[in-house]
Amino acid sequence: MTEPLLELRGLHKSFGGLTVTDDVSLELRQGEIHALIGPNGAGKTTLIHQISGTLAPDAGQIVFAGEDVTRLSLAQRARRGLARSFQITSLLPGFSALENVALAVQARSGSSFRFFRPALHEAALNDQAMAALTEVGLERRAALPAAALSHGEKRQLELAVALAMQPRLLLLDEPLAGTGAEEAERLMRILGELRGRYGILLIEHDMPAVFALADRISVLAQGKVIASGTKDEIRADPVVRDAYLGDEEAA
Amino acid sequence: MRWRDAAVPLAIFALLAIAPFIGFGQGYSLTLLARAMIFGIAAISLSLIVGGAGLVSLGHAAMLGIGAYGVVVLDHARITEAWIVIPAAMAAAGAFAAVTGAVAIRTSGVHFIMITLAFGQMAFFATSSLSVYGGDDGYTLYNRTELFGTRALEGRLFFHFACLGLLILSWALVETLLASRFGRVLRAAHQNETRARAVGFEPYRYRLVAYALAGALGGLAGVLLANGAEFVAPAYLSWQRSGDLLFMVILGGVAGPHGALMGALAFILIEEWLAHLTEHWRLIFGPLLILCVYFMRDGMAGVLRRD
Repeated sequence: MTEPLLELRGLHKSFGGLTVTDDVSLELRQGEIHALIGPNGAGKTTLIHQISGTLAPDAGQIVFAGEDVTRLSLAQRARRGLARSFQITSLLPGFSALENVALAVQARSGSSFRFFRPALHEAALNDQAMAALTEVGLERRAALPAAALSHGEKRQLELAVALAMQPRLLLLDEPLAGTGAEEAERLMRILGELRGRYGILLIEHDMPAVFALADRISVLAQGKVIASGTKDEIRADPVVRDAYLGDEEAA
Repeated sequence: MRWRDAAVPLAIFALLAIAPFIGFGQGYSLTLLARAMIFGIAAISLSLIVGGAGLVSLGHAAMLGIGAYGVVVLDHARITEAWIVIPAAMAAAGAFAAVTGAVAIRTSGVHFIMITLAFGQMAFFATSSLSVYGGDDGYTLYNRTELFGTRALEGRLFFHFACLGLLILSWALVETLLASRFGRVLRAAHQNETRARAVGFEPYRYRLVAYALAGALGGLAGVLLANGAEFVAPAYLSWQRSGDLLFMVILGGVAGPHGALMGALAFILIEEWLAHLTEHWRLIFGPLLILCVYFMRDGMAGVLRRD
């Protein structure tokens, strides 16, 4: 078997007496969509924070593409190909959609200590940014300020920014959160098209979406991974049904 | 840069260029206009870090002061050639900014304001204790800085156009910087720091370079200030002066250097006009500034853009 793209080894994180990540070990293979599900407060977003570098684990190791990145900053990990989207949309509201994406292209295209040439007219940056916008179906909105986009479009733009980084791994924190049915469908289709090209760690509450998209699923409850496996294994797992899926069905 | 952002500064530059020939050519007017332009340069340099990078510094007068004291130190050593004095003074101010910025930029918000204020005060007290340069009493420059060994800067009209030329250069420089790749990272980190980090930028480095550049440009304003007044005193570095500079930037609008330019000119000219009306002009000036900020959320530049 090839080396995993991302490997978490015994991650621990607690805030005071509250353990939010409890000995989490996880493997994500190249090109797979790996969903992370679990009830609210299970520690999914905290885990994403540790993987992306906005939060330091108390113990354990994060190995990305064979390199221990546990001590690297968010920006350093981003430059190594780890892109994340945020649960609450995080964009540059005053920049146009195109410039939001162009910034991500710029980050991996040579030095940004260039002081004189107007960045807005750099065709190399804009062309790649436009390609990413086209991939998520936002090419017609390129000139609009990010603040003027609809909620669903903002989620699409955030995805375009992540794609423009040419990442190896996408960490998507609830990409469908707050979107309408039509927008969610479009995003689902886009995510499906990304399968195989990137490793994707997907946090999502929308269970039909998770089961439609994911190759493998890990279930987090109270900071622990209580199950990890294929869709069918997870669906059949009595512990999971008890801790999570059962609750949903009962509710 | 939107055309309207350039139209207003260009109109101002044109007015300043013809001012000496349409009734503002006498000594008093030229001195006032030079002062306004010099503070224009200072405010433009501050706008790079306040408007561009989102770093609200309350210690920018130190950069001017160090530039001005650069002239003094070199004058005392009998070095008066502009091509030595100006780069040396700008380098000194830039270096001070780089060293203090390296510490200050690790903080943000109110802490950044307080640290820049503290460094500014340190520079203020340091100059006060320089007895060889007059200490608290200041230092009188008997001759202005020379240009290629000539006394060209002594000429009022020449000095007017020297200030105008440098003002235009400063404005164009900051506009260019903000539009460049470098400026884009600065602006992005200002709008949403996490986003800038998440695509792979460490904002600290970019902010530090911007802070040092702004310091150097502030130093240039200090060189001109020293030459305009032919006198330098620690009061140039007072925190009130830093506050005035910050006010000019906010009054004009933080959207770009054109705002700072307008704010500085308005500030200096209104101050002068009110001081003529009454000796209690500060009682009017304060509330007037408060009203301006209250009714012009985005400063003077914002008002112009609204229509």
